[in-house]
Amino acid sequence: MMLGKTAGGLFWMFRYLERAENTARLLEAGWHMALNRSSTASNEWQSVVTTAGVLNAYNQKHDEFSASRVIDFLLRDKDNPSSVMNSIDLARSNARQVRTALSSEVWEATNECWMILKQELARPVAERNLHDLLSTIRYRTSVVRGALYGTMLRNDIFAFSRLGTFLERADNTARILDVKYYLLLPSASFVGSSIDNVQWEVILHSVSAQRSYRWLHGGDISAQGIVDFLVFDRRMPRSLAFCAAETVRYLEQLEQEYGTRQESQILAERMSERMSQNTIESVFQNGLHEFLAEFIADTTQLAKHIEQDFSFYG
Amino acid sequence: MTTTPPCFDEMLISQDQVRDPYSDYYDWFSKEDLKRLRLKSAEAEAFFRKIGITFNVYGQDEADERLIPFDIVPRIISSREWARLERGIDQRVRAINAFLHDIYHRQEILRAGRIPAELIARNAAFLPEMMGVNPPGGVYSHIAGIDLVRTGEDDFFVLEDNVRTPSGVSYMLENRETMLQMFPELFTRMKIRPVSAYPRLLRRSLSNCAPENSPNRKPVVAVLTPGIHNSAYFEHAFLADQMGAELVESTDLSVVDGRIAMRTTQGFQPVDVIYRRVDDAYLDPLNFNPESLLGVPGIMDVYRAGNITLANAPGTGIADDKALYSYMPDIIEFYTGEQAILKNVPTWRCSEADSLAYVLEHLSELVVKEVHGSGGYGMLVGPAANKKELSDFEAKLRAKPANYIAQPTLALSTVPILAKSGLAPRHVDLRPFVLVSPNKIDITPGGLTRVALKQGSLVVNSSQGGGTKDTWVLGD
Amino acid sequence: MGDTLSFAITHTTTYSFDQPVKYALQQLRMFPRNGHGQRVVDWKTTVTGGQKQVAFDDQFMNRTELVRLDPGAIRVEIVSEGVVEVEDRNGVIGKHSGYTPLWLYAEPTPMTAAGNTVRKMAGQIRADCAEMDDIARMHELATRVSEAVKYQTGHTDAETTAEMALTAGHGVCQDQAHVMIAVARQLGYPARYVSGYLFMDGQVNQDASHAWCEVWTESLGWIGFDVANQICPDARYVRVAAGRDYGDAAPIQGVRHGAGDEQLQVSLQVQQ
Repeated sequence: MMLGKTAGGLFWMFRYLERAENTARLLEAGWHMALNRSSTASNEWQSVVTTAGVLNAYNQKHDEFSASRVIDFLLRDKDNPSSVMNSIDLARSNARQVRTALSSEVWEATNECWMILKQELARPVAERNLHDLLSTIRYRTSVVRGALYGTMLRNDIFAFSRLGTFLERADNTARILDVKYYLLLPSASFVGSSIDNVQWEVILHSVSAQRSYRWLHGGDISAQGIVDFLVFDRRMPRSLAFCAAETVRYLEQLEQEYGTRQESQILAERMSERMSQNTIESVFQNGLHEFLAEFIADTTQLAKHIEQDFSFYG
Repeated sequence: MTTTPPCFDEMLISQDQVRDPYSDYYDWFSKEDLKRLRLKSAEAEAFFRKIGITFNVYGQDEADERLIPFDIVPRIISSREWARLERGIDQRVRAINAFLHDIYHRQEILRAGRIPAELIARNAAFLPEMMGVNPPGGVYSHIAGIDLVRTGEDDFFVLEDNVRTPSGVSYMLENRETMLQMFPELFTRMKIRPVSAYPRLLRRSLSNCAPENSPNRKPVVAVLTPGIHNSAYFEHAFLADQMGAELVESTDLSVVDGRIAMRTTQGFQPVDVIYRRVDDAYLDPLNFNPESLLGVPGIMDVYRAGNITLANAPGTGIADDKALYSYMPDIIEFYTGEQAILKNVPTWRCSEADSLAYVLEHLSELVVKEVHGSGGYGMLVGPAANKKELSDFEAKLRAKPANYIAQPTLALSTVPILAKSGLAPRHVDLRPFVLVSPNKIDITPGGLTRVALKQGSLVVNSSQGGGTKDTWVLGD
Repeated sequence: MGDTLSFAITHTTTYSFDQPVKYALQQLRMFPRNGHGQRVVDWKTTVTGGQKQVAFDDQFMNRTELVRLDPGAIRVEIVSEGVVEVEDRNGVIGKHSGYTPLWLYAEPTPMTAAGNTVRKMAGQIRADCAEMDDIARMHELATRVSEAVKYQTGHTDAETTAEMALTAGHGVCQDQAHVMIAVARQLGYPARYVSGYLFMDGQVNQDASHAWCEVWTESLGWIGFDVANQICPDARYVRVAAGRDYGDAAPIQGVRHGAGDEQLQVSLQVQQ
C-alpha cells in the first residue's frame, strides 16, 4: 500500500533529478560548442536556454545571451524554476517527503548530492571550474540512480521513480530535437549548405550520445542517422522509443501489482506503438516538428493521467 | 546563567576518584588518544548531517537546517539507580493516565477538593470535547517523556511531565546507533542495555489500542506530521520508517465510510491508529481552530464515535500543564494510594498571595516560569538576570501572578563532555521515554540526555544551544 | 404540572452550491432530547446529497451526526422530522446531569465573554436586585436584556458576540440568549444556550428554529428563559441541543474545500 502523495513525491523527485542532470548536459554541450567556435555564440546560448524550456524566464531578467549569464541562470538562478539548484532542492524536498519509501542509501545519496551542490553553487561558478562542476552534478545524480538500482525493491516505489525519470527524459530529448529540428530536415543537406558539424555534435553531446552514435554509425553523421538514433533506436537509453517503452513497462508492472489497468497505461501503449509504426521516412514526410510537438503534448498528457490514476493529489 | 561549583558530577567524585558506573568507561577513556576522539566527534557530526538528523528553525529558509550537537562522552546510569527511576516513572505515568480518565469523566479529584477546579476551568489545555469519551484501550498518554534532573547521589527531581507529543526519541535512537558504530569495543566490554526495541514497542503499544471494530485484519498505523517544514519532521519520518507505519499529512486523510482513511495509489485505506504530532488546537478545523491547515476536519467526530485511535489522546496536555505540576504529588497519592517515588521540584504558585510575596522577595534566586510556556522561553532565571531584567519581570509578575510559578535554582548535576582541553563538566537533564499499553508500561532504559554545552549554563534546550549525549543504563 | 402538547415537526435545510462540492463535511445536532418533560415519540434525520458517517453523543449529550457531502454535489438537503410530546413545566429543567461539570457553564466563551457593556449590566443587576432570590433576579435580567437588545433581524450574524449585540442594542433570539448567558455568568450563575423549536400559535410554517437560554440556580436547578418572548419555555418549546453558546448547539456546522458561494434555505413546519 502506498500513499498517493508518496507516489507523486517519488515521481517528482526523480523528474527533478533527471532535469538537473539534463540541464547539466545541455550546459556541457553549449560550453563545448562555445569553445569550438570563434565567432559570437549568442545564438547558440539562446538555443540552450530555449531547449531548457526557460526562455521566458530568462528574457524577463536579461536582454542578451552571454556564456556567463546563461551558465549562472541555468545553474543557480532562483528565478529559474528549472535551474540545477532549484531542481536539486525540489528533488530533495520531495525525497524528504517520501523518506519512508526510500532506502537509506537512496536518501543519503540524495541528501549528499544536495549538500555538495548547495555548497558548490553558493556563488557563481567560474568558467574554469565549470567542467568539474558539471561532472559533479552528473556523478552525484548517478550515485542516486545507482543506489536506487542497487538497494530498492522492484515494486511500485521503483515503478513511480522510473516513470518520473522516463517522462522527464522523453520530454527533454524531444525538446532538444525540436529546438534544432530545422538542422535535421532533409532540405538542410539537399541545398548543399555545409553541414554544421559543431551543431550536430551539440545535439549528440547534450544527450551524451556522441560516442555511442559513433560506435553504431561510424563516422557517418547525418540528419537521418541522428533522428533515427534519438527517436527510434531502442538501444539508446535516451531515445523517445526507449523512454516510451520503459514507461509502458513500468505501468504494466503497476497493473500487475495493483490488479487494475488504468487509462494512463492505454495512453502510454498508444505512444509506444506509434514509435514502432512510424519510420524515419514517414516522420520526415509528415513533418519532424509536428511529430515532436505531438510527442511532447502526449508526454504532458500522460503525466497528467498518471497523476490522476494514482491519486497523487487530493 | 551560571552557577558556582561544586555541583554533583556524575563521573568524577574528585580529580582521581571515579564514580562506580563510570569506572570501566573512564579506564578506556584514559588510554584513548584525544586526537582520535576528536576525529570521531567530527565523524559523528558528518554522519548526522548526511542522514539528515536536523531540525528546522522556524521562520528561516530551508538552508538553515541545524544539527543538534552531539557529544561522544556517554552519560552512564547504574542498574540500581535506573531501577528506582523506573519505579518512579511507572508510578507517575499510571497516575497521569488515571488522572486524565478522571478529569474527563466524573472529576472525583475535583469533587474531593484535592485540586482547585479553577486550574482546570481556566485552562486552554482542558478539552471539554473529551468529556465522557473513552479512548480505545483506555489509554490517554500512549507516549510520555518525563524530564528528570539530578542534584546529588540520590536526589532526582521531575522537572516536567511531557504527555502531549514529547519529542527527542529519534535522537535517543540515533545517538546510540552512532556510538555503536564508533565505539563497538565499549559495547563488548561493558554491559549496556539496548534501546533499539523502542520502535517495535511503540508500534505494538499503538496497535494494542486500535479500535475493536476495525475493518482491517492488522491494525493500520500512521504518523500524522504537520509536514516537511516542521522542526521535528525528521523524527516523524524516522519513527514512521522504523515502525513500518505510513507518514501522513492532513491532506492525505479524509472521512470515508465513517472512518479516517488515507489516499493511496489504489484508493482509500482506513487507518486505525494515528500517532499525531499535531497539537490539539490544530487537529480538527471542524471542531477546533477553523483556520488550521494542518488538521483533519471531522477527525474528532470519528474519534468520539470510537472509529479511530489518536495517540496521544486529545486533551492530555491538562496533565503536564505547569499550573498543575505542583499538585502532582497529590495526584499520585490520590490515584495510586502511594507516596510519589520521584520528587517534584519545590514550586511556588504565584497565584497564591503568600507565595507571590515570597517570590517577589527572592526573585534574584529563583527560576520563574510562565505557566503555559515551553522550550525555555518566557522564563526568568533570577541568578543570571541583571537589575533591569529583574524589575521588568517583576512588573509582569505583579500584573498577572497566576500566569507564573517559581522554583529554586537547582544545582543540576554535571557529566563531562569532550571539550577542547579534554573532559569538562557540563549540566545535564534526562528525558526517559515511556510507552503505555492497555496492560503494560514500557520504559526504555536510558532516554535522551540533554546537555548545556556552554560552561556553567543550565539551559539544555536544543533551541538555545543545548546538545545531546547517549545515555547508558548498565545491565546487572 | 401543566398541559402536554404533541408536535409533528419537519425541519428542512437546503444548501445549494455554485460549484460542485469537492470535499465537505457537516456536523448535525438536530435530535431533540428525551427527558425533562419532553418525550421524543419518533425522530429521524435524512440527508440527500450526502452520506452519514458517524453518530455520537457529545459532551453536552447532544446527539451529533457527521455527514460527508457527495463529491460533485451541488445541493444537499437535510430533513429532520418526527413527533415530540412536551409537558409544560414552566421552564424548569431541574437537576444537572452528565459528565460535563456545572462550572464549565460558568466560564465565559469567546462568544459570551464579558466586555464593558456586559459588565455594566451585571453591575446594575447586582445593585438593583440584591434583595431578590435567584429566580426573581433572573426574570429581571431577562426583562432587561429584552429591553436592551431589541429584536431586529438582519443586523447580526452567527459570529456576533454577546458584547457586540448588547452594545449595538439589537439582535435576534441567538444574540438575546448570548447576552443573558454572558451577564448571568458574570454574576456567577452557570448558564447555557439551547437551540430548538417554538410552536407559534396558529401557524403551520414557522420562520426558523429558535434559541433561548437556561440558567442554573441552587433551588431549582436549570431553568429556561426565552428572552425574545419574555417567558419561561412552556409546552410549545422543543429542546434540541444545548451547550455553552451557539457554537456548541448550532443545528448544522460545516467545512467545505473549494471555491464558490452557497445559498441556504430553511423551512420549518410544526403541526399540533
